[in-house]
Formats: sequence, structure tokens, C-alpha cells
Amino acid sequence: MSRAASFIFRRRGSQKHGRGWHWTDIVTWLWLIGGLIVMFGPALWLIFSSFKTPAALAEFPPSILPYASQQVTVAGHEQPLTLYDAKMPDGTTKRMAEIRRIGLFSQMIDPADPGAPPVRINIDDRQPVRKLSFATENYTEPFVHFDFFRYLWNSVFVTVMATVITLVVNSMAAFALSKYEFRGRSFAMLIILATLMVPLSVIMVPLYSIISSLGLFNNLWGVILPTVATPTGVFILRQYMLTIPDELLDAARMDKASEWQIYWRIVLPLTAPALAVLAIFSVVWRWNDFLWPLIVLSRKELYTLQVGLSIYSGELNVQWHFILAMTVVTMIPVVLVFIFLQRFITTGIAGTGLK
Amino acid sequence: MTVSNADKPTLPERLGTIVKTPVGVVMGLIDAPMRALQRLTGLSGMALFFLAPNMLIFGIFVLLPLGINVVYSVTGGSALFLPERTYVGGDQYARLFDCGNYLDALTCQEDAFWTAVGNTFWFVVLQVTFMILAALVTALILNRNLAARSFWRAVFFFPVLLSPVVVGLIWRWILQRQGLLNFILYPFGMEPYNWLTDRDWSFMAAVGVSLWAHMGFYTLILLAGLQAIPKDLYEAAAMDGTRPGRVFWRITLPLLAPNLIVVIVLALIRAVQVFDEVYILTGGGPGTSTLFLTQYIYETGFVSQPRNPGLAAAASILMGLVLVVLTLLQLGLGKRGENKGKRR
Repeated sequence: MSRAASFIFRRRGSQKHGRGWHWTDIVTWLWLIGGLIVMFGPALWLIFSSFKTPAALAEFPPSILPYASQQVTVAGHEQPLTLYDAKMPDGTTKRMAEIRRIGLFSQMIDPADPGAPPVRINIDDRQPVRKLSFATENYTEPFVHFDFFRYLWNSVFVTVMATVITLVVNSMAAFALSKYEFRGRSFAMLIILATLMVPLSVIMVPLYSIISSLGLFNNLWGVILPTVATPTGVFILRQYMLTIPDELLDAARMDKASEWQIYWRIVLPLTAPALAVLAIFSVVWRWNDFLWPLIVLSRKELYTLQVGLSIYSGELNVQWHFILAMTVVTMIPVVLVFIFLQRFITTGIAGTGLK
Repeated sequence: MTVSNADKPTLPERLGTIVKTPVGVVMGLIDAPMRALQRLTGLSGMALFFLAPNMLIFGIFVLLPLGINVVYSVTGGSALFLPERTYVGGDQYARLFDCGNYLDALTCQEDAFWTAVGNTFWFVVLQVTFMILAALVTALILNRNLAARSFWRAVFFFPVLLSPVVVGLIWRWILQRQGLLNFILYPFGMEPYNWLTDRDWSFMAAVGVSLWAHMGFYTLILLAGLQAIPKDLYEAAAMDGTRPGRVFWRITLPLLAPNLIVVIVLALIRAVQVFDEVYILTGGGPGTSTLFLTQYIYETGFVSQPRNPGLAAAASILMGLVLVVLTLLQLGLGKRGENKGKRR
């Protein structure tokens, strides 16, 4: 056990002189623990909050875990009543149900003895009985009330289609740029490089006019098409294809393979690792896209999750209990990527410096 | 009778076949016309064919808009259809630059534009400075002899993957009156405060939140740079009994410089375009305290009534020029860094 601990907390001092903690060790661990709290804390807070009822969300100070007041049905009352631990006039504490609140006083009744006359208790002398409870209706109701399923479907459609087309189009271009000598090759490379410098924020006005003159305004394809040719994708794939030996292609040509077959049966399978990296990137990019879908989609039934969330959270009366739950759902695919595929993304970024 | 398990395809294999078979059939069908095309055009023709879809999309959705942007910026009116717009020359640019005093946005005709320029400037200065410092410290710490380094690296990388909308909503929820921040400060005697309705605090929140969301990305690049520094340099320094501070200034920093420059320029490029998470977080408010350039362009071109595509295009071209300068800087410096690496 202590060996495990000394492995985890191995530090500068122990390596060199075998004495206590060097100040850099302390800074390191403060930074790491602080980072753990600051980076994960907000997301955890979001998840805990998303299971709270609207009443619990309005509380201050808030509880960390989702608690809800316990309720009870008492004979003679139609609505369920909220349970409290009340300090009775005789000084004892008893579990009582509140019938109604009048100013600073609360009319309470003993649920075990509904026939007894109600007792008047100062509201400072009562504490709600609360237990851990998860308000799962925050998650189920948006599907009914907000057409949430539609948004989910739109997001999935855009993400999958854009990713598939991205892979095909960019791998074809990368194949041409890495395996052929032809006039205009360096010019094509230059154009691709130049598009790196043109972010959406610079061309959104004219891009919008092009999309609408193509009849793609308020159309999911208008969201998909402008994003599918990414310079980053071409570079990642081309870099990888350059490592495939040309002899392999020549051998296939000897065997009368067409260029299309070479691309499809030889080069693509060999590029699989790079394709996987680009696919993961593309899924995250397209799932998270916000500004462009916001511009292209103005009809409610076409919103992606991101657009829907931003519209509903921008309303005057924000229904936070639904917004928080929908935010959590929106986060799920990305968290899955983070848990299972993070390695690919981090090596991808570290290797190319592109995002 | 028993069936040997080895003959049965596993589930992933079966799924693979289900996906591959129809795709393979389609690709096989395409092969015949492809051969005909190849016979017609030859090898270099096929190369152009492979390149065409990408170039077509770049042409229609990137290069063409660039050209139209210029046309928009020298024409007036609210129409989107080009023939319906009237030529106004440099009027849009003149309007953007019509200022009594460039340091005071309120003396300008387009005060929103200059407010956005000023806000973006301060945002870039603050965010990039803190970003580089935080990412550098984190990378240095992750580069130490840590147990479970990949876990810690993942911790700092996590927010990078979140969508800007999710990031904005998470922090709006934390910074509101009944939020987590007030809850944490409550025991210290702070009254609950609505941070995002305060001009200065909402600006600092925009800086802080975008720092939180993007720091992991830059940390990763810096960490890769740190790990590329040859270990023997440090061993030699340790042999000579060099003080750690001196090792940092004389070995780590100079050898990290190429990465550091790339990271700084990348951070600058990204910070100039700040929009999504801040737009969700504050909506540009309160007032115009967190109005940034991209939001100005978006609102001028799409939201305001009547919309003014010409003015938005002019503003976006000015922003594009800044970005081009920064990108060229990055490419130039990146190349120098590469050459340096080769010489080493």
C-alpha cells in the first residue's frame, strides 16, 4: 500500500535526496487537484442539477445532490401535502403535513391522525422532510413538449452524413495529391492551404446568399455541404498516404486494377488509422457546430440540438430544469468520445497542431 | 451435433460484413464507368477526377463567397441578390471608419463596430496572455515524472471536446444568482450576486470561460513540444548541478520556443473570432460589454432590421485581413521552427 502511494506521489525530493517535499511537488499537486475540480466540477454540477425539480433549482443555498421534499396523501385532502419536521407548541418535534401557509404561519396536520384539528406553526419552526430523488421527468418531458427527438435526429443526421461525405471527398483529394504527378498539383495545394485562413466568421454573409440561391436555406444539406471539405482532413490523410509505397500501386496496375480500384481496395484500407482520426474529429466538429446551423436553419422542426438549446435558453422565462437535462443529453456523445477515443484525438492534435 | 465456434463470425465481423457488402456492391458497380473514364482521360485525368469534388466544394463554399464578399462590401442596400444591389464604392468602409476619436467608440458613426473592435482587442490581449501562461504551467507539470500522466492530460483536455453551447450553458448556470459560484462564496460572507449582469464581471467571465474551454488544446501542443526535448540535455545539466530555474530559462524555454510561437499565433487567430460560447453565456451583454467582432458581423448581416449585408461584409473583410496576417505569420514561423528542428 505504502509503495503504491509512494509511486503515485513520487516527487522531486524523493528522487534526488530522499527528503521531504520540494516546493515544486506541492505546486504540482495543488495544480493537478485544482485542475481536476475546475475541469470536471462544472460538468458534474450540471449533471446533478439536471436531476433537480424546478423548486429545488430555485433554492439558495443549493444542495449538491438532487433532493426533493417528501409528500404524502392525507385523507380529506385532494392534493398531496408536503411533509415537515415541525416543532410543536409543546416543544416536541413531530412529522406533520402542511395544508396551507398563511403569512408567517403554517397550518399543519398530523398525517397519522387526519381527524385532529390543524395546528398553527411558525414557518421558522419547520423543516421540510427531504430525500434523494432524481427528477427523471426533466429528461422525458422534453421529448414530448419540445420535439426534442426531432432535434436529436437532425443532429445525428447532420453529423453522420457530413462525416461520411467528409471521409470520401477528402480521401479522394488526398489520394490525388499524394499519389499522382500532374499539372496544377501545387496550385491545388495552395488553394487548400488558403482555405485554412478563411474561417466561417469571415464569409458567413455571402455563404448564406449562396446557400439560399441553391435553395438550401432551411435545409439540413445546407448545413452539411459547406463543411465537408476540410483542409485539415486533406492534410491529415495526405500525410498518411505519402507513407504508402508507390510500388504497391504499380503492382496493382500490373494486375490490371483500375485507378478507382486502387483507391478503393488498396489505399483506403491502408489509410484506415488516419481515416479513423478524421472521422472522430469530424463527428465532434459537426455535433458541436453552432453558428452556421443557427444561420441556415430558421424553422423549428429543422433545429439541431445546439440551435434548439440556444433558442430555448435565450427565451425570457428559461425553463432551466429542461435546459439542463437537454444539455446533458447533448453532452453524451462527446463524453463517450472522450472516454473511449480521447487517445486518437490527443495524438491527432499533438501530431498536426490542427483542430 | 456440435458446431465449432471458430467457424462462426464474431459480432464485429458480422457487423463489418453487413456494412461492407452493400458498399462493396455499389463500389463494384461504379468500377465499370470508372474504367471507361480512365480509358478516356488517362492517369492525370483520373487525378483531377479524384480532386474534383473537394475543389468544387472549396470553390462554391469558400472561394466564391470570398469574391462575393468583396462585391457586397462595395454595394449598398439590404438585398442579398447581387443584381439588386447598388454600387456605393468605399462608402461601407468609410462608414465603419467614420470616427471623431478612434479611442472612444461613442464618437463613431458605427459605434457598435468600434465597441466590438475594442472589446475584441482587450479580449485577445487578456485571453491569450492567461491562456499561454496557464497552458505552459500545465504542460510543464504534466511533463514531470507523474504517475497516470495520460489521466491528468485527459482531465485538462476534457472541456475542449464540449460544444460551445454546452460550455456557455454550464457556466451561465454556475454564474447565475442561485449558482455554484455564489454557493462557494456564501460561507465567506458574500451576498449572492448576479455576475453576468455586471459589465466588468461578465467580460471577465467571457475571458475565463473561453480559457476553461480551450486551454487543454494548447496544453497538448506544448506538452508534445516538451516531450520532444532530448532528455540528455537535462541529464547533462543535472550532472553540472545547474539550478532548476536556470535549466528552465536556458534549456526548456529556448527549445520550446518554436512550439510556443505556433501556439501563441493559433491562440490569437482563435481569440479574434471569439463568438459561440460567449454568445450563449452573455448574448453580448449586458449592454455591449461582451459584444465581439463575429457577433457584430452576425447581427449586422442577419439579425438587425433592415439587415445590412454590405456593412457586415466590409467588417468581415477587415477581420479577414487581420486573420490572414496572423496565419501567414504562423506559417512562416512554423516553417522556421521545422527547420530548426531539422538542424537539431
